[in-house]
Amino acid sequence: MIKKILSSNLLIMLIFSAVVLSAPIWLAPFGASYPDLLQKFAIFGIFAVGYNILFGLTGYLSFGHATFLGIGSYTAVWSFKLLTMNIVPAIVLAMIVSGLFAIVIGYLSLRRSGIYFSILTLAFAQMAYSLAYSVLTPITNGETGLQVSQQDPRVLDAMAGIAVTDGIPSTNLFGALIKSQGGYYGFYVAAVLLIIAFYISLKIFRSPFGMKLRAIKSNQTRMKYTGFNTKPYLLTAFVISGMYAGLAGGLLASIDPLAGAERMQWTASGEVVLMTILGGVGTLIGPLLGATLIKYFENIFSALNDSELHSMFSFMPDSIQNFMVTVVSPFVGEGWHLTLGLVFMIVVIFLPGGIMQGLTHLFNFVKRLFGMGDSKTGIANTMNTSNHTSNKSPNNVKGEA
Amino acid sequence: MKNDNKTPTLDRRGFLKASVATGLAASSPFFIQNAFAKGETFRNMPKADAKTITLGFNVPQTGAYADEGADELRAFKLAVKHLNGEGDGGMMNTFKPSALKGNGVLGKKVAFVTGDTQTKSDAARASAKRMIEKDGVLMISGGSSSGVAIAVQGLCQEMGTMFMAGLTHSNDTTGKDKRRYGFRHFFNAKMTGSALGPVLKEEMGTERKAYHLTSDYTWGWTQEESIKETTEALGWKTVKTVKTPVGAGDFSQYITPILNSGADTLILNHYGKDMINSLTQSVQFGLRDKQVNGKNFEIIVPLYSRLMAQGAGKNLQGILGTTNWNWALTDEGSKAFVKSFGKEYGNPPSQAAHTCYVQTLLYANACEVAGTFYPPEVIKALEGFKFDGMGNGKTEYRAEDHQCFKDVLVVRGNEKPTSQFDLLKIVKQVPRKQVEYDAKIFGGDLGPYKV
Repeated sequence: MIKKILSSNLLIMLIFSAVVLSAPIWLAPFGASYPDLLQKFAIFGIFAVGYNILFGLTGYLSFGHATFLGIGSYTAVWSFKLLTMNIVPAIVLAMIVSGLFAIVIGYLSLRRSGIYFSILTLAFAQMAYSLAYSVLTPITNGETGLQVSQQDPRVLDAMAGIAVTDGIPSTNLFGALIKSQGGYYGFYVAAVLLIIAFYISLKIFRSPFGMKLRAIKSNQTRMKYTGFNTKPYLLTAFVISGMYAGLAGGLLASIDPLAGAERMQWTASGEVVLMTILGGVGTLIGPLLGATLIKYFENIFSALNDSELHSMFSFMPDSIQNFMVTVVSPFVGEGWHLTLGLVFMIVVIFLPGGIMQGLTHLFNFVKRLFGMGDSKTGIANTMNTSNHTSNKSPNNVKGEA
Repeated sequence: MKNDNKTPTLDRRGFLKASVATGLAASSPFFIQNAFAKGETFRNMPKADAKTITLGFNVPQTGAYADEGADELRAFKLAVKHLNGEGDGGMMNTFKPSALKGNGVLGKKVAFVTGDTQTKSDAARASAKRMIEKDGVLMISGGSSSGVAIAVQGLCQEMGTMFMAGLTHSNDTTGKDKRRYGFRHFFNAKMTGSALGPVLKEEMGTERKAYHLTSDYTWGWTQEESIKETTEALGWKTVKTVKTPVGAGDFSQYITPILNSGADTLILNHYGKDMINSLTQSVQFGLRDKQVNGKNFEIIVPLYSRLMAQGAGKNLQGILGTTNWNWALTDEGSKAFVKSFGKEYGNPPSQAAHTCYVQTLLYANACEVAGTFYPPEVIKALEGFKFDGMGNGKTEYRAEDHQCFKDVLVVRGNEKPTSQFDLLKIVKQVPRKQVEYDAKIFGGDLGPYKV
């Protein structure tokens, strides 16, 4: 009975919404509670959740997902320039256009699997990046990045009689400025979209469609022998995750109307792979955790400098303090990549199921402490609905049985 | 295997209810008050009893412009020291008219935070946003790329935070992308063209065929345009212009075609490590030893700095270019700054360091003059501000486009350097009059004082 309630969609969604919407409060002690970073958490959360639908469920490792993020951003900015500063058309168009690109790229790339698929997506991504960076400069404004300007036509706004008189207009949601409330409004818009995106991903994970995707991952050949044509399923998953990326890209542009080509670079594609693996491939929450962790490192660790370290270790005697600062300083500031690399290595070596596997271990440990026997069900497992992880960590097999 | 469909699920109606509820819940908890209430309150306004104010220094710590970024950061630290009354005061002693007292700004000590722009617009804006939203900075400075400067300047206008641009040389920064909250002390491509033109005519004549390699972003584009305009006015022909990606590393594929293009002059619109690489490779390909159309093949680097000269070594000897400032200048301001910087870090400052140091002092001075940190007042204090003793002679912040006007230096890579820092020889100090232009030619709009 308890297990049933724990694994119900409603409860998961309630807890999830509560956690996401209260993020400004519980992230404050980590120094991460400021609008820009909160927005990044939510947006890259959407990106990673969507990526996980492809990579987590089907096992197809796409190395070019940032392409769709970039396409989403460019589409949204063009919508701000040509149609209206309202973010709804921008986001809808961003999803549609990136979906269309995903159909084309997916159709071509999915003719191969495994490493060949990865290389194909990487090739498409690099192509898109080069196009955006130099060839398509009239559309993308190259390295400088596409920005809105006061003189843009904005047909819909003009029809509605909204005239821009002073400076560059800001994005809005039916009149409410996204940047209002010191940026928190933008975060809540992104957070609500994240919750919806997460709900859809949850439904996909627990649907027959999700089951088929997982079957493709475990043994595509056998799938084909039983008479399934796997290609349409794969393409659907690819397009869905492409549209998620488009949504994330559109949101990025909605909060900050600027689109740069570096958003499509292979490092950006690699980042989402890292996020997913770090959090836990094929788990529902994992990619979100991974995205949060990486964005946290990128924004907070990279900004620490020696004087801040000194004040962190100020409770120690001077000589030890100096020693600690010398030891730690290569790992913060410019060296944050180093820390991230180490964390990644540790996770991959000791917890191949990502942070989620670590959490599952932790939950089981706590339960054993409280004498709840070896019943291995729990919140962690409920969120761990993938088969794939259960292959890797035997604990889950019992839980799912 | 568990059948997931058996678990209690949320039906469509329930989901709609839930999402409406979430939406409502999401829109209510605005515990942060609107930052722009009535009166003279503004974003990050320091409390009356606050002991310190914070400035944000956003510089490239990685990527093609990292050397410049590191030097900029040194200058910022030095400027903060001097503002707080520590050290020997540097250019604070020669800067006039100065309202600075050496006890911080408006009685508050200056603190600072730093960030890495990575020479990417996205990263730079994220870093600037962190400074504004988390660290509560009043002013952001730094940057070594015009793409970044324009992106951050736009953000600062939106957020109502002052932006004192670091090294940015594109015409757009104070041209079509100028902003009310952005100020640039550095010179620009248009001024480089005006300064370089007469020297080129004198040294290379009026019948040259030029080939451009251009960094593919706003700075490269505008510099190419300005140099083309200048050289074509001299009677030169432009054979071809080729755009190269920033941070390309290997330029050989762009250099080979030059050999057969019939051009006798190569103009490198590159900066930082890009320029070091492209110049070094051009020399390795033997361009400088060539004879084309009966003339010696020449290379011109319109914008360069001592840091790049250090990287390019003897490849740069004899090559013409312009620079905003050089440590070998002998006016009082430059001497004081070089001495102070040298004592602190053991090497002379670069032009990037100089402009960042000056910008920090100018912002602090404007706050003192305005008597407040309220940006619209600070902006008014900076607009049209005339000053001297900062190393470039008499200088003016033009009110129409927030561009500083001052003398420009035409330099040549030193053929007989006397020390490892003595790499640039000043050919000519072009007076301010010669590089001035009409503010209207680039279009653009500064935007409102109050945002």
